[in-house]
Amino acid sequence: MTSAQTPTHPLVTASGLSKRFAAPRRLSDLFNGQRPHIYAVDGIDLCIGKGESVGLLGESGCGKTTTGRLLLKLTEPSAGSIAFDGVAIDTLKGNDLTAFRKRAQLVFQNPFDALNPRFTIERVLAEPLVNTGVERASHRDKVEKALAQVRLPPLSRFEGLFPHQLSGGQLQRIVLARALVLEPDFIVADEPVSMLDVSVRAGVLNVMREVRATLGLAALYISHDLALVRYVCSTTLVMYLGKIVEQGPTADLLKMPLHPYTRALVNAVPVPRVDQSHEALPIIGNVSDARGQPRGCRFRDRCPMAVARCAEEEPPLRDLGQGRQVACHLA
Amino acid sequence: MADQQPVLEIRDLSVEYRTARGVVRAVDGISFSVPKGAILGLVGESGCGKTTVARSITGVLHQSARIAGGELLLHGRDLVSGPPKAWLDARWREISFVPQSAMNSLDPVYRIGSQIEEVLVHRGGKTRAEARARASALFEMVGLNPGRLDEYPHQFSGGMRQRVAIALALALNPSLVIADEPVTALDVIVQRQILDVIRDLQQRLSLSMILVTHDISVVAYLCDQVVVMYAGRVVESGSTREVLEQPRHPYTMGLTNAFPDLESAAHELVPIDGSPPDLSQPLVGCRFQPRCPFSLPVCSSDDPRTEVAETGARFACHRHAESDLLRRHSRDIATWQRPQ
Amino acid sequence: MAAGRAGAAPGLTGKLARLLRDPFTVAGLTIYAVLIIVAVFADQLMTHDPGEILFRANGRVASNQPPSAAYLLGTTNLGRDVYSQLIGGSRIALVVGFTAAICVAAFGTLIGLLAGYFGGKLDAILMRLADLALAIPFLPFAIVLAGFSRSSTTNVIVAVVLLLWPNTARVIRAQVLTVKERAYVEAARVTGASDARILFVHVAPNILPLTFLYGSVAIGWAILTEAAVSFVGFGDAKNISWGYMLQDAFVSQALSRGSWHWFVPPGLCIILVVIAGFFIARGAEDVLFPKLRS
Ligand SMILES: Nc1ncnc2c1ncn2[C@@H]1O[C@H](COP(=O)(O)OP(=O)(O)OP(=O)(O)O)[C@@H](O)[C@H]1O
Ligand SMILES: Nc1ncnc2c1ncn2[C@@H]1O[C@H](COP(=O)(O)OP(=O)(O)OP(=O)(O)O)[C@@H](O)[C@H]1O
Ligand code: SF4
Ligand SMILES: [Mg+2]
Ligand SMILES: [Mg+2]
Repeated sequence: MTSAQTPTHPLVTASGLSKRFAAPRRLSDLFNGQRPHIYAVDGIDLCIGKGESVGLLGESGCGKTTTGRLLLKLTEPSAGSIAFDGVAIDTLKGNDLTAFRKRAQLVFQNPFDALNPRFTIERVLAEPLVNTGVERASHRDKVEKALAQVRLPPLSRFEGLFPHQLSGGQLQRIVLARALVLEPDFIVADEPVSMLDVSVRAGVLNVMREVRATLGLAALYISHDLALVRYVCSTTLVMYLGKIVEQGPTADLLKMPLHPYTRALVNAVPVPRVDQSHEALPIIGNVSDARGQPRGCRFRDRCPMAVARCAEEEPPLRDLGQGRQVACHLA
Repeated sequence: MADQQPVLEIRDLSVEYRTARGVVRAVDGISFSVPKGAILGLVGESGCGKTTVARSITGVLHQSARIAGGELLLHGRDLVSGPPKAWLDARWREISFVPQSAMNSLDPVYRIGSQIEEVLVHRGGKTRAEARARASALFEMVGLNPGRLDEYPHQFSGGMRQRVAIALALALNPSLVIADEPVTALDVIVQRQILDVIRDLQQRLSLSMILVTHDISVVAYLCDQVVVMYAGRVVESGSTREVLEQPRHPYTMGLTNAFPDLESAAHELVPIDGSPPDLSQPLVGCRFQPRCPFSLPVCSSDDPRTEVAETGARFACHRHAESDLLRRHSRDIATWQRPQ
Repeated sequence: MAAGRAGAAPGLTGKLARLLRDPFTVAGLTIYAVLIIVAVFADQLMTHDPGEILFRANGRVASNQPPSAAYLLGTTNLGRDVYSQLIGGSRIALVVGFTAAICVAAFGTLIGLLAGYFGGKLDAILMRLADLALAIPFLPFAIVLAGFSRSSTTNVIVAVVLLLWPNTARVIRAQVLTVKERAYVEAARVTGASDARILFVHVAPNILPLTFLYGSVAIGWAILTEAAVSFVGFGDAKNISWGYMLQDAFVSQALSRGSWHWFVPPGLCIILVVIAGFFIARGAEDVLFPKLRS
């Protein structure tokens, strides 16, 4: 899936992708005359094949959502390029853009904000079909189908209801259904099932796997839930402060994490047992943010293994064979 | 602990929503109590009424909602029948709330820092300077960089906004915190840090808390007691250990079995097939019956009574006496694949 | 669409319901309602033609009559019925006020929407224009405009719209900037909605309450402006408005003659209508931006 192991039919490829936001100035910036920036995404490469599910893990605020928005042309990159099915997306306009929109969809992270409060549920779900000019006669069938896919009852149960009249988990599934209703080739699913309990989640994830198998849906799953990623994604990327620090086949990556951050992540996964350990985590401190581009490894302040070299040199993403890549001097 | 008065006791609470499709009874006669200094987990399937319960305690139900019956006793005083003023006071001084939509509960036009300070000054009686210092401390506590206090909500990621909401809820040292899915949007490391902060506060300040969540592992990590809801009813409750290790209600069994852990995640996940009943229709019998693999004819005609075990655990299932047997069956994937 | 239905969209319906519980808003709305009713039934309510010169039984002009059963509010120095003029004036106030308000709200909202949504150059240009319009002194401009191009009611309306749109546009623009950040707007974009559709179907309806707010303030301003322009003598002489009545009273030295019945009623009407606009705005502000207070 990576440059090392390019899939036979790449659908989405990005190279050198960066996005920076202006950060509020601090007093010290005035003296050293810097224009502060937050490097939300900082030069990442990725490639997602047709029908491939890729997981994107990472700490809160590390740039996952921003990456997803870049891939869908919802925000313009500060540097780098993205191609969808072989076509660069930065210049898409008019009909080409609509065609792209029809094929690439987003499941929003925050379902409470993702639905127009003045639209009924029925209208929310039909909206993508209206926007992309799908013939009206087929709307109802498509909407019903999407509702069934996300394990929600048929449309008649939502008649005349507005988004605020649904529970969090119901909204989240409506958001997912809206993305599926266009039968896209690619979705960015930003925490698609975070509000669902396991019994429902299992059903939804099974459908997602099924859709991938039958319709060849490619997906980027952004999630903090390692079990989800393990369940649906063949490949996984781990991000830390705007950079990809590790990637590889999901099963291997979770079984034998190579980057200290990934290791901490895997160790912190809570288990559904009463007697779980309450020991302190191996990593210390809080997320620093991606202000400026510091020298050396970005994880070094919190890394339990950091050595002098980590402060000097930025570790590149190295290929370790068997599809695994890691950005750590010690791995 | 048992003889102490609970911080909050809910008795037979019912809540209804008026909708275009008729009246939806989202919560139907539930009872449970939160002992002082305890963390109670409220779990249940999406749409079963957890948020509705949380919101009715805090008194911030939607306009179309109505408390159709029952009592909410805060330190023994009923809030529902008491004067609205008393409820409002209690809400301001003692209860704090992290809404499920916490991610967008911040006002987009004000800086995040000033929103926190506002609360500290107006409700906490702090001076501006104190409030500023406390806001920084709160930011640190939830793992945010205090240097970013002056940013606007849209400049924060989803998880960062969620953490601001948690910080806000803990700002005034409340005695009861009601948090609706507070850690869902957070990665496991930050999640763990916040759960540890909550545990620490619980121990130091004997904070009581209702934690609404769908995540059994969070319940296992943090909660002393757990209440399991299904379709507006409490189906099982008791100490966390008892409920998770020896569930007596088939829904709880399904819930604890469907959990994927990292080792076994490659296997098929088994959902509980079907969907919960339509709460705008009158219902007879056990609400879980259409999806229950163990149901008997009596289940579709009679409401199961709530039984109380010696340990204080409660459960509402006609087949509770056979729970050991059902539990064994429930571990078999085939049980859930084809419910009758 | 489903407004009024149980549990309809929280935004507008819920807010309107709360609006109707605010005593100031209710007072403001009542004044407007009375104005509308009076204007609609003006023909029935008038006892005389407001422009007609009335004569007494003895054949002399009925000038400066005090209030009586025949002349409810007395007569002017030229023998015209004050009460009928007042009723007739409500019609002009209504036409001027509402037309101007609708134009201000519509024009300001449109500009605000475009500037806020598209940003960039368009935004810069439109906002510079707004600054320019705001820098022009209000009343002199209205008078100059009315003076230059034949005094007519239409001109008063044009002047009010030209001068008041920037206030509305600015606030709407600010609001668009925040609504634009909402995920549902992005959702519309990612599902292929065109800019026009996003702007008018997804953004505008969520900002509508603000348009009402600024519209209601504009009503008061427009009526005040019309009165002021008429008062300084640039009004449309064919239309006897409240401002014209005041001017008429003023030049006829009604004040020194103590003809309270002549100039107090139109003055009071103007004040009431202007206040009504502010009351509604005040209440609406409370409901729409609760944070601004307390
Ligand atoms: N519009 C914006 N303006 C300024 N900064 C932004 C903006 N959007 C995101 N950021 C910053 O970019 C960084 C990455 O944000 P992003 O939303 O991509 O994080 P994330 O990985 O999705 O986190 P989470 O898991 O918490 O949702 C954060 O530091 C965030 O504050
Ligand atoms: N304002 C409302 N009007 C009408 N019905 C509502 C309203 N809010 C919630 N409901 C309905 O009441 C039921 C319970 O909703 P609630 O939000 O309490 O569920 P929940 O247990 O919190 O679910 P989740 O885990 O998905 O957040 C749902 O079926 C929902 O559709
Ligand atoms: S009462 Fe019957 S249907 Fe309900 S959970 Fe128990 S066995 Fe299943
Ligand atoms: Mg995010
Ligand atoms: Mg909820």
